[in-house]
Amino acid sequence: MNPRYILGRIGLWLSVFVIVSPAILFFLWMASLSLKFEIDNASYPPVFFPEHIAWKNYADVFASNRFLTYFTNSLVVTGCATALAMLVGVPAGYGIARMAAHKSAIVILIARITPGLSYLIPLFLLFQWLGLLGTLVPQIIIHLVVTVPIVIWIMIGYFETTPLELEEAALIDGATRWQVFRHVALPIARPGLAVAFILAVIFSWNNFVFGIVLAGRETRTLPVAVYNMISFDQLSWGPLAAAALIVTAPVLLLTVMAQRQIVAGLTAGAVKGG
Amino acid sequence: MSVVTQTEPAATTENVAPAREWRPPSYWPFVIPALVVVLAVIIFPWVFTIWMSMQEWKVGSPTTFVGLANYLRLPTDPRFVEAVGHTLSYTALSVLLPLVFGTLAAVVFHQKFAARGFLRGIFIMPMMATPVAIALVWTMMFHPQLGVLNYLLSLVGLPPQLWVFNPTTVIPSLVLVETWQWTPLVMLIVLGGLAAIPTEPYESAQIDGANFWQVFRFITLPLIMPFLFIAGMIRMIDAVKSFDIIFAITQGGPGSASETINVYLYSVAFVYYDLGYGSAIAVVFFLLIVALAALLLYLRKRLLWTSQLGSDA
Repeated sequence: MNPRYILGRIGLWLSVFVIVSPAILFFLWMASLSLKFEIDNASYPPVFFPEHIAWKNYADVFASNRFLTYFTNSLVVTGCATALAMLVGVPAGYGIARMAAHKSAIVILIARITPGLSYLIPLFLLFQWLGLLGTLVPQIIIHLVVTVPIVIWIMIGYFETTPLELEEAALIDGATRWQVFRHVALPIARPGLAVAFILAVIFSWNNFVFGIVLAGRETRTLPVAVYNMISFDQLSWGPLAAAALIVTAPVLLLTVMAQRQIVAGLTAGAVKGG
Repeated sequence: MSVVTQTEPAATTENVAPAREWRPPSYWPFVIPALVVVLAVIIFPWVFTIWMSMQEWKVGSPTTFVGLANYLRLPTDPRFVEAVGHTLSYTALSVLLPLVFGTLAAVVFHQKFAARGFLRGIFIMPMMATPVAIALVWTMMFHPQLGVLNYLLSLVGLPPQLWVFNPTTVIPSLVLVETWQWTPLVMLIVLGGLAAIPTEPYESAQIDGANFWQVFRFITLPLIMPFLFIAGMIRMIDAVKSFDIIFAITQGGPGSASETINVYLYSVAFVYYDLGYGSAIAVVFFLLIVALAALLLYLRKRLLWTSQLGSDA
């Protein structure tokens, strides 16, 4: 406990404070904006802690019946896109890992590099031709562009590290490949499933660019709905900030609760959708 | 009949010597569903885009084959040329700043302190949060009269700025958001690199009496170089493609001062509905990203070479 050690500790905590504060201050300011009446939001110098808290902003957002529609749309699109991606992506990750087909990862790399917008032109035409615009189906399908590569990529990584001996033993005992996958490989890879699931949910939930092209009035997801609010009621900051916070709150909660899995997934694959 | 003859020999061999003639099973059935999906939503759009880029195609009118005309139009389109410039400056800044701040943050997060996991969770919130929601709050913060950023500037005695409302400051302002958002990703990658460094070099440096900066410059930095390179590569790919933040905050404005290739591509394809030309932009855009990635790989090789030569001499 020499003075040098204490100085070092103080320096460390100061650095931690400086590093974390942009994130903390931003989200606190976001919360502050969402809880203030217009008078406070439009005052200069800015008010950080209002005298009267405008819970009304949140009530207003939830009260508009469209918001619930958009919330349901987001749930359906993210839910279906993630479920489908897990359904096809987890076995694929297993197959690729066991076949050691590393070249197939190039497709995932290309998907990672390609700008999201370039998928939109052909798929937009395809959906138009199939008469699917105006339903949620196009968005569910195009969100697979984001979720499937994430799931495959993370599952390849996990299945490559799970031991082969157990699976070989089960095969020799007469289990089918499917049984081996289902009862031996899958239970071991459960942490990987969690990582893939969480990241697929987050990146699908956050996606904006697909919705802005493919969503109609009734089929908007939350990010698109929030974007449209910017253009229409620019002046009332309180409800806008409240809506923004509601949209991103599930993701922020998930991030803090599952930060260990998220960090593992991001550093393993360094994947990002869109 | 044929079905029976086909399955019978297989069944007998399995019955006779399952343990001996055990062969690794084919895993294709596991991959096929995903292959179908990838073909439908990734490969098909690609092929279709390349085909479409050689068509004159506006929505509602018939298509005509025009060969490379759409590509030849690109260098003569001032808006596209300008967008390339915006994209390159935006990307350069959005790679460098997160790399610097992310490395510093990683050095700090590599130390042991209380609630490190929780604070790391807080620190990565900007990159996990919904970009459009983030953009909306930044738009309010950039507001020249009521925004909190100008208030913060006034506290330290700096003049107020127009931020995203001025053509000369719009790109640096957007880079500020991008840096705030993506520094955590660089931090995580570099943190992974720091965890892999052996402790011996640090111990001997401590014995030799090296100070903090010397340790960082001559031990840490060279050892985390490969991770910095990966982080830079990923950052480059994401920064070039950046769309949500730019589109939600400025829509490419004021005027076209922050119109990047991706934003221009959106306008061409989904505002003017010029799908043939839009497809050509998409193809060139993709090639540009590949070219930038190749350039980074080349630079890395050169750097490795010179550092090896340096140590040889």
